[in-house]
Amino acid sequence: MMDGLSRMKKFHQARWNEPIIYQLSEPGQRGVLVPGPCCDCVSKEEVLGTLPAHMVRKDKANLPEIAQLQLVRHYNHLSQGNIGVDGNIDIGQGTCTMKYSPKVNERLAGSPKLLHMHPLQPAKTAQGVLEIIHKTGELFKSISGLDVFSVQPGGGSHGVLALASIVRAYWRDKGEEEKRDEVITTLFSHPADAAVPIVKGYKVIIIQPDSEGYPDIEAFKAALSDRTAAIFFTNPEDTGIFNVRIKEFTKLAHEKGVLCCYDQANANGLLGITRTAEADFDMSFFNLHKTFSAPHGCGGPATGMVAAKKELRPYMPVPMVEYSPEKGYYLDFDLPKSCGKIKSFWGVIPVVLKSYSWIMSLGADGLREVSRVAILNNNYCMKKILAIKGASMSFPHHPSRIEQVRYSWEKLKQDTGFGTADVQRCIPDFGTHYWSSHEPFVIPEPFTIEPSESYSKTDIDDYCAVLAEISRMCYEEPEAVKNAPQNSTVHRIDDDYFDDPAKYSITWRSYNRKYKGYFEPK
Amino acid sequence: MKIGFLVNPVAGMGGKVALKGTDGEEILRRAIELGAVPEANSRAETALAIFREAALHHQFYTAAGEMGGRLLSENGLVHKTVFEPSKKTTSDDTKKSVSLMLEAGAEAIIFAGGDGTARDVCSIVGDRIPVIGIPAGVKIHSAVYAKRPKDAGTLVKNLLLGKVKRFVLAEVMDLDEDAFRKNIVNARLYGYMRVPDDREFMQNRKSGSTGSDESESMDVAAYVVKSMNDDEIYLIGSGSTTYSILQGLGINGTLLGVDAVLNRKLAGKDLTESDIKNILSGLEKEKRHLVITVIGGQGHIFGRGNQQLSPDVIRMIPKENITVIANSSKMSALFGKNLIADTGDTVLDEELKGYIPVITGFSKKIMAKVG
Repeated sequence: MMDGLSRMKKFHQARWNEPIIYQLSEPGQRGVLVPGPCCDCVSKEEVLGTLPAHMVRKDKANLPEIAQLQLVRHYNHLSQGNIGVDGNIDIGQGTCTMKYSPKVNERLAGSPKLLHMHPLQPAKTAQGVLEIIHKTGELFKSISGLDVFSVQPGGGSHGVLALASIVRAYWRDKGEEEKRDEVITTLFSHPADAAVPIVKGYKVIIIQPDSEGYPDIEAFKAALSDRTAAIFFTNPEDTGIFNVRIKEFTKLAHEKGVLCCYDQANANGLLGITRTAEADFDMSFFNLHKTFSAPHGCGGPATGMVAAKKELRPYMPVPMVEYSPEKGYYLDFDLPKSCGKIKSFWGVIPVVLKSYSWIMSLGADGLREVSRVAILNNNYCMKKILAIKGASMSFPHHPSRIEQVRYSWEKLKQDTGFGTADVQRCIPDFGTHYWSSHEPFVIPEPFTIEPSESYSKTDIDDYCAVLAEISRMCYEEPEAVKNAPQNSTVHRIDDDYFDDPAKYSITWRSYNRKYKGYFEPK
Repeated sequence: MKIGFLVNPVAGMGGKVALKGTDGEEILRRAIELGAVPEANSRAETALAIFREAALHHQFYTAAGEMGGRLLSENGLVHKTVFEPSKKTTSDDTKKSVSLMLEAGAEAIIFAGGDGTARDVCSIVGDRIPVIGIPAGVKIHSAVYAKRPKDAGTLVKNLLLGKVKRFVLAEVMDLDEDAFRKNIVNARLYGYMRVPDDREFMQNRKSGSTGSDESESMDVAAYVVKSMNDDEIYLIGSGSTTYSILQGLGINGTLLGVDAVLNRKLAGKDLTESDIKNILSGLEKEKRHLVITVIGGQGHIFGRGNQQLSPDVIRMIPKENITVIANSSKMSALFGKNLIADTGDTVLDEELKGYIPVITGFSKKIMAKVG
């Protein structure tokens, strides 16, 4: 058998030049023949007449006309032009905690018992779903050490939004909503911790790291004041460094009455080892789609599960899922001080179910083993990457890392002129990928690798061999690097087109700022 | 495209012989005595080799001989000589050449030199048309230069191919060479020129995925304006980031000077130290504000380009009313370094030390250490 690198060097992705589905449309082709009225006793017009007039289409729907075989082929072609978690060694997507999502859980989530539920069903007919939500919360009592839970947020940043909303509801209740208008976070916390509280109207202050890579505690002291509403800290940070002084930060914050919010989106190195409660945080959120194995869903739908101390229950999103022997499982809307709803209905139930199943299948010892193996994998991988010419790590004086490492190609760039974007263009030629859009971009030529517990020693060896091969190419075969990727679906793209500020607007707000001006009259 | 191309042939000669610059005839003479050889043309050629092919169908304007004409001829690029320099080229030759290039209709200027050359170019061009600096001098404190000559070549190539879509104002800084030879670092901000907004190839920039500096500066400015109180005075220091505040308010202020804003209107333009003292003394201390930015690649908040803000002036303003603003690419480029207050008064410098919040976006600040 060929070794991993030799195999990966021979990779070639399928390229179908697939048209969009409307271009495949042929008049008269059908995938499904929808039956008309069953008998002569009722006409098409009579059926349509039962619909409110404004809901009846005036024009024919513009749908592609295509038969089932051609449709299946179309989507197969598209999927073959993609690289996904099931098709590659997905450890280059550091901070995203890519791991195996057991297929059996897809079967459970695909069961008609779940598929045919409707969110407006009365609670007494939805006891099973509510039980799963409630019991998932019970599991998180052990995992986090906190008391009350909500699975409403549909993703990680949405989890941050939920925490920021709870913070606002709390200070409103205490009569300090106006005064407490600042939130403190750290430079290497997940970027959402800085971005999202601004959406809730907070001013955000960012703490930079000290020379060891820990958040600078003196800067933190200088930032903390009676205007601070909350702190939002990720730990371990995106550098992979675990802040061992975390309790000092929460202590200082609590002395000023400040709420402490823990971003545990990525808890993959902490399960069974340390908990939110031990670091003395008041609230936290966990990404069920990262650490707890549910698929990311290409940016959602997912679940950023909120956990809080019982003192904060009055401010949690409504409804809370509760249980009593008399009522069974029920939805509690009676939280007058609640931050309100974070999302319509109750949460992304299939994601909750998959995570619940994953946690139950592993048990407490299994969860601890997940983290131990993830840490071992990461430190093994780090040793291999640091042996690659041109690669180094951020904060080298701090040699140990938890579940991921932020590395740098600074030396490679100095030696060869090729940096992380060039490596990113080469790597699809080996049937794998890595991610390079790091925010903040302070580590030169960054890349972040996170080999979670799912990846074998061979997987890690093969991936590192690919990085080493690309480094060799940068030093010895610059033309090959300049022309990469060659074996991927898409060849080198002139990204200049996407970088024209006159053409793009990411959001409606940015559009308004760009075209209607920044300054509103006072 | 019509492009001005200029080489300061003596740039860089002082460096190898430890003269810390080549400004002035006497220093140039000593540099030659010490065995310095001209290198600026070879650096410019490194850049030219990269953009030559893209430049074949463009029209160049240049000065004769070592000031650019020779290189363009040798490389077969279409050019017109707009100026014949004297045998020993001086700062005036640079200025005259650039001004004739502008007259000829140049749409961009490419020049090889150091901080002194950038100053000369800037004094004529200002921010009217884009420039790209090929680093060839001893002193490169100015952000108008590419990181390396070949990076300058790539930028010129992109410009000629129409691939440069956004530009940004970059600082022209220069040290006082006489003071520098006595180991006194005294850099000044001389102006701004328009350069490609490119984090990969330009000086003092870090690559990344954030938006353009211009839109970030407007975010910062909008936040500062929103936070302004009525009937309080705001001194707006020099720099392109602080200038965004004036632009946002629709005020015709100065880029390099210190202006005063009261109730969102201009209350004083390009103020001297004594003007500032007069304005401030008319208001209670807590109603006096100062907004400054980080100037230069070393992280100076005082002592670079804002000498009007003398120690006396700074002492008239409460420390908590001094607002520092900077866009995030500047802060990223300074990652791991302290900010510097070099007011010329060591006692005040000491008082200004400590942590301060630097506004980097709308509602967004980063704690930075003044050390």
